[in-house]
Amino acid sequence: MPVIDYIDAIRLAMKEEMERDEDVFVLGEDVGLKGGVFTTTKGLQEQFGELRAMDTPLAESAIAGVAIGAAMYGMKPIAEMQYSDFMFPATNQIISEAAKIRYRSNNDWTCPVVVRAPIGGGVFGGLYHSQCPESVFFGTPGLKIVAPYRAYDAKGLLKAAVRDPDPVIYFENKKCYKLINGEVPEEDYTVPIGKANVLREGEDITVIGYSLPLLFVEQAAEDLAGEGISAHILDLRTLQPLDKEAILEAVRRTGKVLIIHEDNKTGGIGAEVSAIIAEELLYELDAPIMRLCGPDVPAMPINPPGEKFFMLNKEKVKEAMRNLALY
Amino acid sequence: MKTLTEIVVPQLAESLVSATIDKWLKKPGDWVDIYEPICELLTDKVNAELPSTVSGKLVQILVGNGETVPVGTAVCVIETESGASGEASADSRPDYTGSVQASPGAAAPAGDSEDAPMRGRFSPAVQQLAAEHAIRLTDVAGTGLGGRITRKDVLAYAASGAGKSNQQVNAVLNGNGGSHAVDAAAQVRSSGLHLTETPRLPKIEVEGAAGLGRGDSFIDVTPIRNTIARNMRQSVSEIPHAWTMIEVDVTNLVLLRNKLKDEFMKREGINLTYLAFLLKAVVNAIKDFPIMNSMWAVDKIIVKRDINISLAVGTEDSVMTPVIKNADHKNVAGLAKEIEELARKTRDGKLTLSDMQGGTFTVNNTGSFGSILSYPIINYPQAAILTFESIVKRPVVINDMLAVRSMANLCLSLDHRILDGVICGRFLQRVKDNLESFNTESKLY
Repeated sequence: MPVIDYIDAIRLAMKEEMERDEDVFVLGEDVGLKGGVFTTTKGLQEQFGELRAMDTPLAESAIAGVAIGAAMYGMKPIAEMQYSDFMFPATNQIISEAAKIRYRSNNDWTCPVVVRAPIGGGVFGGLYHSQCPESVFFGTPGLKIVAPYRAYDAKGLLKAAVRDPDPVIYFENKKCYKLINGEVPEEDYTVPIGKANVLREGEDITVIGYSLPLLFVEQAAEDLAGEGISAHILDLRTLQPLDKEAILEAVRRTGKVLIIHEDNKTGGIGAEVSAIIAEELLYELDAPIMRLCGPDVPAMPINPPGEKFFMLNKEKVKEAMRNLALY
Repeated sequence: MKTLTEIVVPQLAESLVSATIDKWLKKPGDWVDIYEPICELLTDKVNAELPSTVSGKLVQILVGNGETVPVGTAVCVIETESGASGEASADSRPDYTGSVQASPGAAAPAGDSEDAPMRGRFSPAVQQLAAEHAIRLTDVAGTGLGGRITRKDVLAYAASGAGKSNQQVNAVLNGNGGSHAVDAAAQVRSSGLHLTETPRLPKIEVEGAAGLGRGDSFIDVTPIRNTIARNMRQSVSEIPHAWTMIEVDVTNLVLLRNKLKDEFMKREGINLTYLAFLLKAVVNAIKDFPIMNSMWAVDKIIVKRDINISLAVGTEDSVMTPVIKNADHKNVAGLAKEIEELARKTRDGKLTLSDMQGGTFTVNNTGSFGSILSYPIINYPQAAILTFESIVKRPVVINDMLAVRSMANLCLSLDHRILDGVICGRFLQRVKDNLESFNTESKLY
């Protein structure tokens, strides 16, 4: 199996889906001629033409709205938000239209749209190129939200999202693009939406997370194994719907759970995961449910020390994991 | 003094995680000024020159031409003079490990019973496992924070088989297979109810309990009911009530009203009630006897200047006392309108707080529900309350002759701290005179 970068896994997924189904097309700012500001859509316009790798004006509301309309009409659009930070003008389209159309029309209409948006900081992007807006869309029934961490899942989940009959938000982590790589099969496969994945088996603590911070968790787990602490790591992969069974099974394993994400703590995914655990597993908990998340400050600072303070890293994660193990 | 400073690969673009050194522009031994390019970098997004962050002598190149390294990696070392070491200390790589190693001091070695504040705190998982395996937790060593017994401690203890011998003991002690992990003897708490105990419920035998639940029903006390109850109790318990009654001949008033009521209805759209006339009579009497319009203030009596008449208006399930403000400024027609307005608001539940405040004397039209005699409770903190009873035709002796007259009773409850019989008698007599002096020539406006 070839080892490829996370960003190439995303590009391959789009390329293969566009080859498989001519209803699939991508649209967004600079996705055509330039091939995307991160090169995510590089080569797609050459291969599929301007109409299937479509450059749009700088208007996220229009990108989402056009994609939603096309999807309702039977196309399979992949709408790219250049940065998830710029996604907010499109929230009305996504939350009020895409998420509701099936329900609102009593199954007469569907909206098989995929909205791709790069999340996350640590790239010296400052306030408007670093946000994690998961919590804005999380808890909107009618939306599916995926946030892959491994290259394998990046490709498999994007293919699953394209083939899903309902709107899917695909949060790809921009820091993972070149940082994360892994074995990705050449043959066609999908990763089911709504299924979490155990990254590492362990007995002392359970760590639940998604996207980039799992890299720090894996690195920290490796270090902590040397200290005799064995960590069980669960990659949520899909944020909505959450894989409840997998969460409960992972927590049951150790009775001690740490939830990690880069989005800020208050009202984040971790709050819901924590509530599920508290509702279902009180009598199997051996320690308070712990969370390690971005701080509740308005945005990623632009200055390097501030960014370092905001971002999770291996040391912060390791310390939290060790404290939970020692509890 | 010389200081060595590392130059690192900076974050050149958002998605950049690594960079390749294309070509070194300086070689070891060269002098480098601050911001002077030292090498060229190749990345996926940009090609750039790497400027020096300090001035000094390049002493060592760490990464050679063509090598690719992650962002943040040191590529060379520059020796600077100590005087200009401001940059050196501003090295942008704070060391996290220092703080990490310092902090887990909280996780002090466990097991020492003197220093084990968490020894007696059992997590739900620990309690459940202890119950399942019939383990007495006092026998288990704790390896967690502050000597806490962790889930794994219990599992290890169970696996070692050490708990087995206790199983029978516990079964005998508890008589239920040892389901209580922490038995009574091991409890630290000496008072109160322990969570693992079944709460002690007192057994109460109620005599004639069979009678309950057979046709009796409970009505929740509404806030308005509660307010009425509180006010009534306060009035009855604080105010020494006295009571008196007078009989009034309202025959002429009946004639007057019959003469005017149709036209009044046409003109004003509302009923011309007897109550309006009564209020006029009462208000005029209060003007003559202001002490009726007062309240008890322990060391003094407050006589109110404004005459604000509280009007008792009943609904199906409560009674309200909306207030006609400055009733002495109004004529009979004006009073009739006020009565109509307040009664409507009360029925519709539209009374506002200001409609209810400031009353100085209360009138209750008890005749409207057929009463001929009532004993009203004073509307606290007022001094008196007057009821207007049903108008009934009765044989009356006038000048030693029998006549059929329309008669009505007025009842007055009074605060005997403020008022006495004489003044109240005079007041009632004045109300009676006022009512009886209405005749078919009286004006409403």
